[in-house]
Amino acid sequence: MFAKVLIANRGEIACRIIRTLARLGIKSVAVYSHADRDALHVRLADEAVAIGPAPAAQSYLNADAVLQAAIASGAQAVHPGYGFLSENAAFADQCQAAGLVFIGPPPDAIRAMGSKSASKILMAKAQVPLVPGYHGDNQDAAFLADEARKIGYPVLIKASAGGGGKGMRIVTKPTEFDAALGSCQREAQQSFGDAKVLLEKYIQQPRHIEMQVFADKHGHVVHIFERDCSVQRRHQKVLEEAPAPGLSEALRQQMGKAACDAARAVGYEGAGTVEFIVDQAGTFHFMEMNTRLQVEHPVTEMLTGLDLVEWQLRVAAGEPLPLAQAEIVAQGHALEARVYAEDPDNGFLPAAGTLSFLHMPAQNAGLRIDTGVTQGDAITPYYDPMIAKLIVHRPTRAAALTAMHAALAQFQIAGLTTNIAFLARLIESPAFRAADLDTSLIEREHAVLFPKPVPLSDTYGLAAALYECLQASEPNPEAGRNESSPWTVQDGWRIGSHAARALTFQAEDRQIDVHAQALGQGEFSLTLKGVAHAAQGQILPDGILRFTLAGHTRTLRIVALESRRVIFDGATIFYLTLLPRLRWASAERQETGSLNAPMPGKIVAHLVAPGTEVAPGTPLLILEAMKMEHTIKAPGGGIVEAFHYGEGEQVSEGVELVHFKPNPAPQK
Amino acid sequence: MVSPVPVLPTSAKPRSAEFMANAKAMQEQVDLYLAMLQKAQLGGAAAARERHIARGKMLARERIDNLIDPGTPFLEFSALAAHGMYGGDVAAAGLITGIGRVSGRECVIVCNDATVKGGTYYPMTVKKHLRAQEIAAQNLLPCIYLVDSGGGFLPLQDEVFPDRDHFGRIFFNQAQMSAAGIAQIAVVMGSCTAGGAYIPAMSDETIIVKNQGTIFLGGPPLVQAATGEIVSAEDLGGADVHTRLSGVADHLAENDAHALAIARQIVASLKPRAAPTVAQQPSQAPIYDCEEIFGLVPADTRKSVDVREIIARIVDGSRFQEFKARYGTTLVTGFAHIHGFPVGIVANNGILFSESALKGAHFIELCAQRDIPLVFLQNITGFMVGRKYENAGIARDGAKMVTAVACANVPKLTVLIGGSFGAGNYGMCGRAFNPRFLWMWPNARISIMGGEQAASVLANVRREGLRAKGKDWPLEEEAAFRAPILAQYAEQGHPAYASARLWDDGIIDPRDTRRVLGLGLAAALNAPIQPTKFGIFRM
Repeated sequence: MFAKVLIANRGEIACRIIRTLARLGIKSVAVYSHADRDALHVRLADEAVAIGPAPAAQSYLNADAVLQAAIASGAQAVHPGYGFLSENAAFADQCQAAGLVFIGPPPDAIRAMGSKSASKILMAKAQVPLVPGYHGDNQDAAFLADEARKIGYPVLIKASAGGGGKGMRIVTKPTEFDAALGSCQREAQQSFGDAKVLLEKYIQQPRHIEMQVFADKHGHVVHIFERDCSVQRRHQKVLEEAPAPGLSEALRQQMGKAACDAARAVGYEGAGTVEFIVDQAGTFHFMEMNTRLQVEHPVTEMLTGLDLVEWQLRVAAGEPLPLAQAEIVAQGHALEARVYAEDPDNGFLPAAGTLSFLHMPAQNAGLRIDTGVTQGDAITPYYDPMIAKLIVHRPTRAAALTAMHAALAQFQIAGLTTNIAFLARLIESPAFRAADLDTSLIEREHAVLFPKPVPLSDTYGLAAALYECLQASEPNPEAGRNESSPWTVQDGWRIGSHAARALTFQAEDRQIDVHAQALGQGEFSLTLKGVAHAAQGQILPDGILRFTLAGHTRTLRIVALESRRVIFDGATIFYLTLLPRLRWASAERQETGSLNAPMPGKIVAHLVAPGTEVAPGTPLLILEAMKMEHTIKAPGGGIVEAFHYGEGEQVSEGVELVHFKPNPAPQK
Repeated sequence: MVSPVPVLPTSAKPRSAEFMANAKAMQEQVDLYLAMLQKAQLGGAAAARERHIARGKMLARERIDNLIDPGTPFLEFSALAAHGMYGGDVAAAGLITGIGRVSGRECVIVCNDATVKGGTYYPMTVKKHLRAQEIAAQNLLPCIYLVDSGGGFLPLQDEVFPDRDHFGRIFFNQAQMSAAGIAQIAVVMGSCTAGGAYIPAMSDETIIVKNQGTIFLGGPPLVQAATGEIVSAEDLGGADVHTRLSGVADHLAENDAHALAIARQIVASLKPRAAPTVAQQPSQAPIYDCEEIFGLVPADTRKSVDVREIIARIVDGSRFQEFKARYGTTLVTGFAHIHGFPVGIVANNGILFSESALKGAHFIELCAQRDIPLVFLQNITGFMVGRKYENAGIARDGAKMVTAVACANVPKLTVLIGGSFGAGNYGMCGRAFNPRFLWMWPNARISIMGGEQAASVLANVRREGLRAKGKDWPLEEEAAFRAPILAQYAEQGHPAYASARLWDDGIIDPRDTRRVLGLGLAAALNAPIQPTKFGIFRM
């Protein structure tokens, strides 16, 4: 076994690998970009090496820098994690050349599976079932359109070198084919440096079920059951579970065998995942093989009690697989939810920002959290916006769902937008509960998953007011450390009385005015809309507000971020803004209509010429951020006066991108 | 490991008839006081208040509520100033003063109430203004003047204008404090006429509210009378004029709210206060309920309570490290914490003897040596009298305690929790001894001696005089002689009479004692504790 291993990755997967290394007594070496210099994986590792500036291309994707770090630190092996260099055959070659063990499959296996079209030819030879399609080299648009017609619509266009849902377009009608092809090729070129695409029959209502496989250098190949990853948004996985609901043992065996055959066909070693697309009739087709550890590998680990990273290390060190196929046993049901910094209500747009507040449920044998961040860390636009993976393991699927819902209710984040409430709705949705699964579940169940926002109940306004009254005011730093001055008590004490306090909160839909009168002894009378409510409460040591209103005692968590009050009621979050007490009218700046960058990113394309008059909703420009394209559209009818940034320019969040002159409102 | 300070025991019997009778008597006194307070805190008459609001102005107390940090305390001084004086309708002397936290800093706030006699200065208004400034100067607290006043009350000009501690002293103090680095901030929210114009003009930084604040040495009527010039108040000295042309004011505010916001920003920009010179520890509530004070204080003034019962309901964790517990037992001395601040407590537990006075002087020396603030709990009928005591030199020993009290440079805070009579008042840091703050409980009484004793002394003198002339003094005549004396002492010894005349910084609900002392200590510690040099202790 190795004495020292370098992890060529960051975030939760780096942390997760370090954990196994530590357990096995192997020294860990982290690498980090400038943006990650204080990151958790750096803190957890025995050693850490700086490898470059924040952009991944100059750090985590910089094979030379990573190799240098490995050599300099005296590591014997490199674990690439997932993403970044994990499926880079050239890097695997370089490792070998430098005398380092690349913890992954042989470079040729990576190459064989790396090209979607080439891998399909190989799989066809190995009798692994495939989806009908065109995987050839002819990239002529008219030719491809003709191939699409032959396959039959709907058709999927994919970047040949792609993965992870990037560079993929579904085309339902021949008339949409050309536009989708152009967009797909552009994205393929940008993301993978190769515009080549392939065509496939688009299977309707498909399920995404993948098989975990493992192979060693001694010719053993096993599968470690499946994972159902059907619940996806924008072709990226949201929930993963095992066993796949309703999957018959016979089908599992067939798929397992096909997966092992696929691995054998490329001389596979180590951990790999064979992804299948399964139609509602139970017919499965090979999609691709991921030649690395998968993001959702903890599902399999929870299901079987195995440590797949340990297996990877043992295989890489030349040991035989620890278990034979018959010895691998699954128990109960495991479910993973990916907590992302993203806005589900806004097309799952990635969110960047600081985790100003982060509270996670306590881990135990049935609840695992893989994360690479702690409170105060930032989710930067440089890398994937995943915050954590929450994995539960219970005897049954129903129990796992209940446990997941409870865990999500205790997963509380303030400072940036997350998908936690969305995940909770997803877990609760009848379709998911009934395991009515296919990759369109989220779109199909839109009405359930994206309900109209619940109007903020008055209880939250009252609780927020009580929270203000129970808080100590800002301490005076000069008055001494941990000042506990009676001057900071906010109960409005006066000689012979308590002064009432007017608190105004701005909710999304309305203003909430609460008149708070302290009555002494921690009791308050809170008047809202002319009705007085007797209230009392306390802020518990962990920051939770326990309060009693009308004889009903409850708890909520309220987090203050400057003037913002973030109220957590389980997985549901409400935002209030405490308006300043002293408000006065000042001449407001006239808004002329501007279009601002929703996040930091790069301008990819201007879609109209300056001076053009456009209709509402006309796409104006494309911003690439967080590895995705975002189209900025006209908010209304008007004239595009100018673009403030040229194509290829980097922009910061919030900057005005377009000078837009809206048309005057129509006269009534 | 230091062993913890012992917790005071209690012998309170909250269900006893005596306890309940005491509680009822105290409640009546407190209710009486609260009723007076409520009336005073209303300010001017309803019509005047409505006119004020109709002009878009905030009421005086609203201004203070919005100036200080949201929801934080306001330690108001002498809320019953001018109570029962000038015909009885000059509520709070037309001026609200106190300490409040602004942008995290304890500040003295002086706020005219224009709904009371146009915010004009009566003699007690001047006294109250000067006392607030004195508190600011002693404790190094920035001053914020919320000005809305018609200036001196002309009919009483002889009592507000000419003397040393009259109107002019306000500006003298402003200059002196500014020189001492104590920020002087004025917010002109109404008129500032004649002498009043100097409040903003003498301030370090001044805000004026548009269409509302005016500053001029002579108002339009006076200008017309003097020079014949006809000019509007706004053109003579409005906000626009003073922020654009004259430079008398520095900031133009849209309205009261804006002006207060600017004032808060100014305070936030002041240089930091000095770090406190005492070590604060985490605050801890007393283990006994402060409500019980009501039942513990005897309704009958001839009875007494062990003052440790009161201390146990004021200090952190009811913990008290008593000093010289077995010596001079009529004075209780010891160390404790209030809201985390270390204090030395000097509390009466009976009449003062030589030993008690010596013990008090010794303890005060300790506190001065150790930079520990002193809290005096006064309940004192005086020093012991009689041949034995005079011959033993009780005046000499009393003088030692008075010297110690007078010279100790640590913050001294005094609470009158019962009687405050004669030289006992001096030894226990009465008003003349410059305590940083002095408060009275509603049951407290203050006079040169008790009414009964005064009547007896005066009756004895008269009886002796009559006897010298060979005259007899019938009992009913003596009773008639004594009655007005008793009535006079009862009236003048009452806290409302005392508070009206600024002999104290206000009456407090006994249940608020701990909080008020905590606020006062925290405020007082803004000024670093200076070394003490004692005078001659007559040996």
